[in-house]
Amino acid sequence: MLDIVFSVIARDLKLAMRRQADIVSALFFFVIVVSLFPLGIGPEVDLLRQLAPGVLWVAALLATMLSLPRLFADDHRDGTLEQLALSPHPLGLVVTGKVIAHWLVSGLPLALIAPVLGIQFDLAGDALLVLTGAILLGTPALSGIGAIGAALTLGLRGGGVLLSLLVLPLYIPVLIFGAGAVDATVSGLGGEGHLSLLAAMTIAAIGFAPWASAAALKIALE
Amino acid sequence: MLEAENLECVRGERRLFAGLGFTLSAGELLYLQGRNGAGKTSLLRMLIGLLPPEDGEIRWQGRPIRSQKDDYHGALCYLGHLNAIKEELTPLENLLAAARLGGTTLPEDDAIDALEQVGLAGREDLACKYLSQGQKRRVALARLVVDRRPLWILDEPFVALDVLAVDWLAGIISGHLQRGGMAVMTTHQPVAIPAGRVRELRIG
Repeated sequence: MLDIVFSVIARDLKLAMRRQADIVSALFFFVIVVSLFPLGIGPEVDLLRQLAPGVLWVAALLATMLSLPRLFADDHRDGTLEQLALSPHPLGLVVTGKVIAHWLVSGLPLALIAPVLGIQFDLAGDALLVLTGAILLGTPALSGIGAIGAALTLGLRGGGVLLSLLVLPLYIPVLIFGAGAVDATVSGLGGEGHLSLLAAMTIAAIGFAPWASAAALKIALE
Repeated sequence: MLEAENLECVRGERRLFAGLGFTLSAGELLYLQGRNGAGKTSLLRMLIGLLPPEDGEIRWQGRPIRSQKDDYHGALCYLGHLNAIKEELTPLENLLAAARLGGTTLPEDDAIDALEQVGLAGREDLACKYLSQGQKRRVALARLVVDRRPLWILDEPFVALDVLAVDWLAGIISGHLQRGGMAVMTTHQPVAIPAGRVRELRIG
């Protein structure tokens, strides 16, 4: 049962490694967007500290969005999606593998580079730690929810814009609690509550989103 | 045994066919014929379970395929218009990945043999994007060389192949039928399959 998930992850990671430009461009987009804010706002440390969580999270959402349209589109175009749908395993498990692989190449690098970017906003050590933890916990939910949107807009013309309109509103809870965790830490309230909620959202998204995506993919394949 | 009963296909507003049925047992080949747009590919997509029929039922070993999707897909090999190969991967990686995702294990030596048979010896480790159209098709066909699942569903398998390759593929399909396999295929060029019972079904 889990074999298929691992096979899909291994295949998608191998493909991503052969196409590193995609990973690197999303990561650079994140780095540049985040770095523009301190440059534009100027060296007002208090203001920057306040803005940091929101800016980092909004940039993370947009960077995740960049790679979403291709999540299923490439497989759809060359016919491998059909073959995946014909594998003797539930399509939901296949999509779970694809979502996990998407997170490993899009969400995980963001979480790893976020603390470095946080320094530009003069965040303290504990806030940086919570920021990394929040992005680490929250981005799998972004990949999961995004997969539903990617599956629904598969094969549509102008699907990229529609995908953003569809998915970004659904990202709001993750944004609120992700940024809230860092805010709460900065103000001394402690971000554990927010982090638990983020973890809950991620578990729900990874558990349910692949099956919803699979249902949408079956319609797209008809 | 694959049975189809009273199948009806509606695409958009148009009814492509209705009341279509056939049975296919071990060692038999079903040729689907019909003009362009008659619904051959739609019928194949119904047979592989990706397109639900408007009416009627498809049964595999006596049970409806809807109720046993995973088992049915484990017994089915589908080759469509698209090659289903990844441009970034090498032919060998493509073949191994396809086997793994199809739920079968394929030893690497067998995969290399299969690629040699389709005339890709020495190109196993070259990314598929550097191959020609015909060579990419051969990578897709290499799946058939190693596939031992009982039901093959092939959509225009002879397209873009040279004369030698057509004969070779006809041989592969008759080998499959001799082993007791079944095959359904569409084609516009009549190709003699030396072994197995051949049946024809004309749509439209």
